[in-house]
Amino acid sequence: MANYSTNEFRPGLKVMLDGDPCSILENELVKPGKGQAFNRVKLRNLKTARVLEKTFKSGESVEAADVMDADMQYLYTDGDFWCFMEPDTFEQHQATENAVGDALQWLSEQDMCVVTLYNGAPLSVTPPNHVELEIVETDPGLRGDTAQGGNKPAKLSTGAVVKVPLFLDEGEVVRVDTRTGEYQGRVSSK
Amino acid sequence: MSDWQPGMSLDRLRQRSRVLAELRSFFQQRNLLEVDVPVLSTTSVTDRNIESISAVMSGSDLTGYLQTSPEYFMKRLLAAGSGDIFCLGKAFRSGEAGIRHNPEFTLLEWYRCGWDEHQLMAELGELIETLLPAVAINKYSYAELFAQYFNLDPHQAELSSLQKLAVEAGSSAWSDDTRANCLDLLFSVVIEPQLADGLVLVYDYPASQAALASCHRDAQGRRVSRRFEAFLNRVELANGYFELTDRAEQESRFAEDQQAREIAGKPAVAIDQRLLAALESGLPVCSGVALGVDRLLMQLEGAESIDQVMPFSWGRC
Repeated sequence: MANYSTNEFRPGLKVMLDGDPCSILENELVKPGKGQAFNRVKLRNLKTARVLEKTFKSGESVEAADVMDADMQYLYTDGDFWCFMEPDTFEQHQATENAVGDALQWLSEQDMCVVTLYNGAPLSVTPPNHVELEIVETDPGLRGDTAQGGNKPAKLSTGAVVKVPLFLDEGEVVRVDTRTGEYQGRVSSK
Repeated sequence: MSDWQPGMSLDRLRQRSRVLAELRSFFQQRNLLEVDVPVLSTTSVTDRNIESISAVMSGSDLTGYLQTSPEYFMKRLLAAGSGDIFCLGKAFRSGEAGIRHNPEFTLLEWYRCGWDEHQLMAELGELIETLLPAVAINKYSYAELFAQYFNLDPHQAELSSLQKLAVEAGSSAWSDDTRANCLDLLFSVVIEPQLADGLVLVYDYPASQAALASCHRDAQGRRVSRRFEAFLNRVELANGYFELTDRAEQESRFAEDQQAREIAGKPAVAIDQRLLAALESGLPVCSGVALGVDRLLMQLEGAESIDQVMPFSWGRC
């Protein structure tokens, strides 16, 4: 792979750090008035999702990581692997449970996801920002309580548990923001 | 295209104008002479860590350099007998752009004849107090801070132990680096972010980072430079010296700089012979300090980026 110099650092650039692929989040030049310049860099380790800070000497080179994001359709799981397909080429990729990670609780078959490939294999999966899912388990709805008020946990068809308003019932479809896990609204009733 | 607009709000534009006026009035009240020295010259600094911006002089064989600070011209005025002077103007440094850097910036520099660096630090404190009345002011020696954060004497520690700490704080790129570079990294990455709120003055810098300051023995008998730095809310704000007046010593430091530049593959810069001639003729005993005005405004305004306190930062030019 190519190398990137600190001059080329910018948010979104993927580099190798201590053997793991990382994505640069922030890059700040530090230059003491009379001293040598360096770069304070915030990176996300793409394997662990952990954010770390690292200091590079300005001009230092770092190995590029063979990482790319691709839009793929989620097809099915056999319990061990989760299968995703590139819509243009129909090429299929098998992601491990580890790679699917938290996306697992939001995925319905046919959803379009962003699959991050590292050396050609799925490294992580980002679900759609918004999903519409059916409530499969919750306390009975309180009729008339459509104003504001409390909320209650509801289990969705994919297994995720979100907080929903008290008036909702099992069988109803809700819209959820997968980035925050927050209920966004009712889509329809059965 | 929205970057035709200034990065700063019009409120801040007015605040900037007020602060520039207050800075001038502070020195005028104290009878310092304002000098507007050139920003374009035929020479520049040899400093191993500062890159000048050169200017094409069409139709001439000469290369011009935008000045990285007004220091050399001001010292020539001091040697010519100007007495106490200040300069509020632009300085230029290549390759420095970021949230706290802009290649063109506003620098306030002043010199006090007959003063030592501690008197000048006190005046710097008074200046900051006029703009930030309740500001906390703390003062430490460089060695005190290293003792506090690393339990180590920065002036006498083995180079290998500094390199080891620098590798931990930075990367393996520091494993064979110089004393000055390792200390700089440790100071900037570990100590600076932990400094107290308000103004922090740090004096007696290592002799290896003397630049244009004279050196002396500190109370423990260690050779240190009479250089100081000021930090405002953990941001480097000013750098000052009890000035080196010895021509021969200055010339040999410039020559070392040139050598370091060559080793690092940086463009060669000629020594400013007119400055050396001024030192030869006699620079009065004095102290001087340079303060980044845009950085000061960032702190006064609580701005996150230098772009928010300048009419147009480099990305809009």
